[in-house]
Amino acid sequence: MAKSWRFLIPLVVFGALVVLLLIGLGKDPRKVPSPLIGKSIPEFSLPELTDTGRTLADDDLRGQISLVNVWASWCSSCRQEHQALMVLSEDPDFQIVGLNWKDDAQDALGVLRMTGNPYDRIGYDPDNDVGIEWGVYGAPETFVVDREGIIRYKHIGPIDRKVWEETLQPLVAQLKAER
Amino acid sequence: MIPELGHLALILALLLAVAQAAFPLAGSLSGNRPWMTMARPLAYGQLVFIAIAFLALVEAFLTSDFSVLYVAQHSNSLLPGIYKISAVWGGHEGSLLLWALMMAGWGAAVALFSRNLPLPVVARVIGVMGLVAIGFLLFMLLTSNPFERLFPVPPEGRDLNPLLQDPGLAIHPPMLYMGYVGFSVAFAFAIAALIGGKLDAAWARWSRPWTTVAWVFLTIGIALGSWWAYYELGWGGWWFWDPVENASLMPWLVGTALIHSLAVTEKRAAFKSWTVLLAISAFSLSLLGTFLVRSGVLTSVHAFATDPERGLFILIFLCIVIGGSLALYAWRAPDVSEGGRFDLVSRESALILNNLIFVAFTVLVLFGTLAPLIYEAFNLGKISVGFPWFNKMFVALAPFLALILGIGPAARWKRDEPWRLTKMLWLAFALSIGVLVLSSLPASSGNDFWVPIGIALAAWLLFSHLTILRERLKHKKRPTWEALKADFSGNGRSFYGMVVAHLGVAVFIVGVTMVSNHQLEKDLRMSPGDSHEMAGYRFEFLGAQKVNGPNYRADEGHFRVYRGDRQIADLHPQKRSYLGGGMPMTEAAIDAGFFRDIYVSLGEAVGDGDWALRLYYKPYVRWIWLGAALMALGGAIAVTDRRYRTARVHSSAPVPADGVRA
Repeated sequence: MAKSWRFLIPLVVFGALVVLLLIGLGKDPRKVPSPLIGKSIPEFSLPELTDTGRTLADDDLRGQISLVNVWASWCSSCRQEHQALMVLSEDPDFQIVGLNWKDDAQDALGVLRMTGNPYDRIGYDPDNDVGIEWGVYGAPETFVVDREGIIRYKHIGPIDRKVWEETLQPLVAQLKAER
Repeated sequence: MIPELGHLALILALLLAVAQAAFPLAGSLSGNRPWMTMARPLAYGQLVFIAIAFLALVEAFLTSDFSVLYVAQHSNSLLPGIYKISAVWGGHEGSLLLWALMMAGWGAAVALFSRNLPLPVVARVIGVMGLVAIGFLLFMLLTSNPFERLFPVPPEGRDLNPLLQDPGLAIHPPMLYMGYVGFSVAFAFAIAALIGGKLDAAWARWSRPWTTVAWVFLTIGIALGSWWAYYELGWGGWWFWDPVENASLMPWLVGTALIHSLAVTEKRAAFKSWTVLLAISAFSLSLLGTFLVRSGVLTSVHAFATDPERGLFILIFLCIVIGGSLALYAWRAPDVSEGGRFDLVSRESALILNNLIFVAFTVLVLFGTLAPLIYEAFNLGKISVGFPWFNKMFVALAPFLALILGIGPAARWKRDEPWRLTKMLWLAFALSIGVLVLSSLPASSGNDFWVPIGIALAAWLLFSHLTILRERLKHKKRPTWEALKADFSGNGRSFYGMVVAHLGVAVFIVGVTMVSNHQLEKDLRMSPGDSHEMAGYRFEFLGAQKVNGPNYRADEGHFRVYRGDRQIADLHPQKRSYLGGGMPMTEAAIDAGFFRDIYVSLGEAVGDGDWALRLYYKPYVRWIWLGAALMALGGAIAVTDRRYRTARVHSSAPVPADGVRA
């Protein structure tokens, strides 16, 4: 009779999958709060993509509102998002800091030459050293960091007009009003 | 008025689906013949009413009836006519309706082409398809009604996503859905067989053509999607391992394993419970793909308007359909005899390896796609599986698959002599080694390790299949060409289908290898009048100007491409802004060729008439889709095999000793 137990395996595997999907459903990935929300940004120091002689560190994110955008040249959603960031980069209320993640510097620079550079500064993190600290699990992701260097929000997935107008813009306005 | 008729037709279709599930199934279990004979008319009725609903929605789009919410969200009075039709499936609700239409179409086709099948089998198959249709129609009516009205009526619609305003994408979803939904037939046959407890060679023979047709559609659908991504996204990539792409790849991988495993079940009455499991899995993965795309569980470029409530509905539906069928499997499969013993060296063994590799690859893709969920569920939150990971997995498995692919079709069923196989294939093998050596020369490989391997594997597939072909024709006492023709128009269709599909794999391998390792790309800033040399081509930029399309404005660059002194192409890449709003879109300009594509895509205007732009040289990139097209063609040829048309079906058809090679 033991032999027939193996025919139950697919059902058990499927059951595990359903549990996983149910958990996933409860946590809408676009809204799921990162454990880091409300906490200070982790300490880090990275070479800059556009000038490896310079470094980008956590202190550079203090003193003004920042959008920290995780991107890579291999990420197709990032390419979609890029155009939106180009528009946002003209807004003087905040800086956009890029975290070029698990990428090749040449490929990344190619993208910037091609579609323009929306970032004020870009940290180059090919080995996911800083990405791990920030709890990045995919690109694109965008963190909203206030003047004190506290992570206030994390958006997963590309930013488009709707996301900006409905979620990020009100948040930035609120942070701006905070003194 | 017409949208309400569409809505009503959907409700009636649901009632018919309930009847289609209830009567034939109950009839087949109780032996009630009149109930079983209801299966066919109910399947036709189902198609009629869903077609009415579908046409009602098409009409709403063609007349730009913005009082229908779905039309207002996905159309615009400026949208060109052809896209008004393709906009019908440009969003969540309409694509579900298309899905339901195709499901009903497959059901009607089963009803029409199953004259040779015993009535209880037909009743069960159509009944199971009715059960699945109930789920889809309920889902549509309860959470995603495409006919919902909007008040006040907006003066203008929001426009179709510009990414979707493209001929390639207009036909990509229907093809893909034909494939997804087509697997429901194989699924229904498997469930019917489990219910009836009769899993035999005849069952495999009935399911085979349906499965192959579904697989052909899915292959075309995926290839179209890849081709579209290549020229529309403006990045020259042809596969992104995006969750939605993966959602279509998984059923394809399992479906590929299934059509091979069905061959064993038909010829040798072996692998029976395994084949049933694959048939269930192929359709289950199609459904899972739907869930992933529409529930908002994963984020993706393609994601439809997502909504957790819909997600919960689909999840419950998945539990009933997949959980139910796997439970049935666990209950019934232990009683299935595993007939057809075979030796280690045999075609069965090769096909087991084929199945293992395809399934392993499916599991990896599934894992990679769900990785964000897994990490999140266990609060790991730190690792990510991306593009490079998938590529590594693919490159790790594919060469083994190609190696076996050259041997499997040469091997005999049941038992083969290693010595006979060696004698038959040594020349093909030696020639492939020759190709390996030649292509390792720095001049052709560019010192890249993978180029000679890819090319040699493709050569191996070509030579081994030529050998197999020669072996098959050796005993015919006619000139080769005539023997080939006679064999093709006679009993050999499934054999020739297989050869064509396998050569498609070789062509695909060449394309992937060459384009991955030898493509050139260059990001440039060019002023009008500038020239740039790449890969022996000279690109002259003549400047950019504004042009107006029906529903967009664009900057259009003008390039002349020279080879030596001769002009070979005039290219006009565009950067479009659609009037309906949204992000600007790049329209790459491509000079397509059999051995190379030249690809120009416009970036940003950087002042003084200068443009940032990107030039690509893509060797053999067409071979990727040509390979896929050959695979699909091979499937189509195999389906025309005579035995599927004329087979007088006796449920225990004798298995030919040597078997027609398939």
